[in-house]
Amino acid sequence: MARVAVDVVIKPEILDPQGKAIEAALARSGHAGVTSVRAGKHFDLVVDESVTDEELERLAGTILANPVIETWTVTRVANGQGSVTES
Amino acid sequence: MSETTAPAGEIAQDSVTLAAATPDKAQPFAELGMQQDEYARVREILGRRPTDAELAMYSVMWSEHCSYKSSKVHLAYFGETTTEAMRAKMLAGIGENAGVVEVGDGWAATFKIESHNHPSYVEPHQGAATGVGGIVRDILAMGARPVAVTDQLRFGPIDAPDTGRVLPGVVSGISSYGNSLGLANIGGETYFDASYAGNPLVNAGCIGVLRADDMHTAHASGVGNKVILYGSRTGLDGIGGASVLASATFADDAGGTGKARRKLPSVQVGDPFAEKVLIECTLEVFGKGLVAGISDLGAAGLACATSELAAAGDGGMDVDLDSVPLRAENMSAAEILMSESQERMCAVVTPDKVDAFLEVCAKWEVPAVVLGTVTDTGRLVITHHGEVVADVPPRTVAHDGPVYHRPIERPASQDALIADGTSRLPRPANDEIAALILRLAASENLCHKGYVTDQYDRYVRGNTVLAQPSDSGMIRVDDSSPRGLAMASDCNAYYAALDPYRGAKHALAEAYRNVATSGARPVAVTNCLNFGSPEDPAVMWQFREAVHGLADGCAELGIPVTGGNVSFYNQTAAVAILPTPVVGVLGVIDDVSTRIGPTFGKGPMPEMLFLLGETRDEFDGSEWARVVHGHLGGTPPVVDLAAEQRLAGLMAAAAASGAVTAAHDLSQGGLAQALVEMCVLSGCGAAVTPPPPDAFTALFSESTARILVAVPIPRLAEFAALADQHGVPSSGLGTVTPQRDRLEISGVADLALDEMRAAWTGTLPRYFD
Amino acid sequence: MTAKIGVITFPGTLDDVDALRAARVAGAEPVSLWHADADLHGVDAVVVPGGFSYGDYLRAGAIAAIAPVMRSVIDAARGGMPVLGICNGFQVLCEAGLLPGALIRNAGLKFHCTDQRLTVERTDTVWTSEYDATPTILIPLKHAEGRYVADEATLDELEAERRVLFRYAGGNPNGSLRDIAGVCSADGRIAGLMPHPEHAIDALTGPGTDGLGMFTSLMNSLLGAAA
Repeated sequence: MARVAVDVVIKPEILDPQGKAIEAALARSGHAGVTSVRAGKHFDLVVDESVTDEELERLAGTILANPVIETWTVTRVANGQGSVTES
Repeated sequence: MSETTAPAGEIAQDSVTLAAATPDKAQPFAELGMQQDEYARVREILGRRPTDAELAMYSVMWSEHCSYKSSKVHLAYFGETTTEAMRAKMLAGIGENAGVVEVGDGWAATFKIESHNHPSYVEPHQGAATGVGGIVRDILAMGARPVAVTDQLRFGPIDAPDTGRVLPGVVSGISSYGNSLGLANIGGETYFDASYAGNPLVNAGCIGVLRADDMHTAHASGVGNKVILYGSRTGLDGIGGASVLASATFADDAGGTGKARRKLPSVQVGDPFAEKVLIECTLEVFGKGLVAGISDLGAAGLACATSELAAAGDGGMDVDLDSVPLRAENMSAAEILMSESQERMCAVVTPDKVDAFLEVCAKWEVPAVVLGTVTDTGRLVITHHGEVVADVPPRTVAHDGPVYHRPIERPASQDALIADGTSRLPRPANDEIAALILRLAASENLCHKGYVTDQYDRYVRGNTVLAQPSDSGMIRVDDSSPRGLAMASDCNAYYAALDPYRGAKHALAEAYRNVATSGARPVAVTNCLNFGSPEDPAVMWQFREAVHGLADGCAELGIPVTGGNVSFYNQTAAVAILPTPVVGVLGVIDDVSTRIGPTFGKGPMPEMLFLLGETRDEFDGSEWARVVHGHLGGTPPVVDLAAEQRLAGLMAAAAASGAVTAAHDLSQGGLAQALVEMCVLSGCGAAVTPPPPDAFTALFSESTARILVAVPIPRLAEFAALADQHGVPSSGLGTVTPQRDRLEISGVADLALDEMRAAWTGTLPRYFD
Repeated sequence: MTAKIGVITFPGTLDDVDALRAARVAGAEPVSLWHADADLHGVDAVVVPGGFSYGDYLRAGAIAAIAPVMRSVIDAARGGMPVLGICNGFQVLCEAGLLPGALIRNAGLKFHCTDQRLTVERTDTVWTSEYDATPTILIPLKHAEGRYVADEATLDELEAERRVLFRYAGGNPNGSLRDIAGVCSADGRIAGLMPHPEHAIDALTGPGTDGLGMFTSLMNSLLGAAA
């Protein structure tokens, strides 16, 4: 079994008022040095050996992301690496 | 697994056998909010010390929130004052679900208001969202389809930074949850006051509709019937208190692995999609006749549902917690029982219908398991991991909790408060009135609440006939029938602070009048009583007075309280909130197309404006006194329920005959506020002359039992006759002037619609956008 | 023998009730279609109604777009069956690739419910033929994710091919590009809009009856064609 991380972000040319609102909130909380925020989604997948990179790109680009408005990156996470933050 | 040792790192389980063998084990009952004598009583009931799971059940079910121990003795007064005639207005045969009224054409309706105050301060969005979820499941458990919601919100000062955190979160929570369920939001209220700063009030009301014939679903049972738990998986939501048990058992862990203490969320997180499919699934099993009894899981989750269902039925139930679908690992029995994970229900189903029930759940992709069986042993027996972890008489958990007789004391300061009336406050000259009208219209409690209400769906299901800012919301029961239901809720906490007895009666009068304004007949009452700490004798005095005021008022009006909610411990630091007894009134109208709304100037006929009722010099507790002079003192306006009844009779007759084309009731801000609102909502001007004695009193007094109406000229004689017939005084004010977009109050003010609209609607966006 | 209009119900759908009513009021036989059933039961047109299908999980309309019933709808649409997506239904049709562009969070970030003026940009489609004489129509709008976006090339193409069906008038409530409230396929038979015509079929419960025209337009086309 392998772990795969997929990150989906709204395309740069699309106005992101949510990102802007978050940026403003950061500034109000004293983090004026943050000059840009764009909001997106992160997916953690566990896949078996049968799932190829091509398949991952396909499922990321058709289901996890809407290519009309979003860009995505697929990363295979090597075992023991990658930080998983418990909130 | 033996009962005295556990695998290293896992929680040791406290079984009944272990409890019987270790009577002297110290138990953290105080940390769970239990008193010494209550703990002693549990030991007496069981004949041994309770297990962790039993201790958890008793502690949460005997808490104030679940057992109403401080309010029971006072709430009994509602029962004492409800006459047979009043009871006859409710549909019979429901058991404790007496909150159902007949609507006509074979339809029935139910309604209730509940609170979710404290969680909404901690996490405004989720607190408010789960509050909506909870009241909706209550209505669902009565066998009705939830169709409309209203919400009664109270926040700290409008300009306080924390209000900027709480208000948007609460509104987005109600919006996102309620809108996702397909519930039309048809009314409510939003107020601001410093006393709510550390403790916002989020009350949510819901109306449900059902066929009168379908109303047989009580908490019935039958030995051998199955108990099915369905809905979302059970997790650690809302278990704050049980952490004490968990840490105690971790300390006992023989393995000593030092496993990190679990993080237990104190806030429940809601999933409106899960609730929506739960609603459809539940209505389908009702429709197919698969349900013998049902309970929703709210406060105290499974502990409550199992004990209440067992207590109401044949007296016993066997439950196996191993079958509960979980979404957290290693949950103890106590945690599973106390979990307040949302979107769950418990149904009692005859064995021959279990498969069909589970099939419906599968269709809607709602997790469902058979949790247990109804027995006649008189005991609720709960097993977990192969051991009995609870064996209790269910009535003692669900119903025989402690009853407190809290000390009551009228505060020493009350006399001084009453003596400090508004008669000595300087009053404005006539040339200052125009500016005062605009100032009050823009003030935080009188301003337009569109910023809030435009975030709610008012249209879903296509049966909404009236919604905010109308005085009451109104829905058609079904598109196959002209019958309608109206609902309004009110509370003037300032009046209640001056005189809790009269203040509660006043809240009833206002909600009653708001329903009557639409032409509907008020038929039932619910309430949400929000008060400070019951350990404060002054608060208990307020509470007792309010209960009596409301009950006496209902008896006078002849309409029953069908159910309600009490929320205590609402304080900001050590200061109690203003006593806030919110009263909701449900009304019925035979034909929704005859309803009266607040907008004039639409029809072909010119209209005249009349003020129904009597105006007296009554400014104590008024918005004028508070906004202009920062003053709260004196005696609230007189409440005359007989006059309200005559007024309601007139409005129902006027609606049926069409003699009145628009109406708006008068409350805070008096006649001036009502005129501003009607003109702006109508997009139409008016020309009026303030009646005697003087313009200020006529425009700003807050006398009760008054409604502003528009009557088309061809119907004037008919209207006069109706008013006379119903014994309602009526004085002509002036005319509606569609050709002018100004409100002219002769000798006093000449205001443009634009400036009134700007003042009235500009306030909330200025603070919250 | 009248025409049949199918209305799909997904888990979380809310406005199927009103869409079925609108179909009935327009004289059609309303047919409920279940999301898991690929059979369209001989309907002559399909309405994908409003609501929160699958809780708007992943993206609004994303999961509904791959439901079994939608595979059949896509096939039928490609074969010329009229299909209308309202609000969440519009989102589903975009996710399913039947209409271009996408709907994202309102610019104001809040859910907004209001009565909205719209211009009807073309009246020669099966969904809008009844709107000949009206300058604007008044239709309820209620959503949090209604901002229509597409790249410039797509927007230019939509304008050039007359595929913008409705535009917001008197103010843009959600930041939709080019004030686009609804779009259609080149032949106009597949259409989507964010506002809710099914909530404007009876003055008793809505701001007027301007919404009924979409359903009567369809009926005229279906029954006229059958003759």
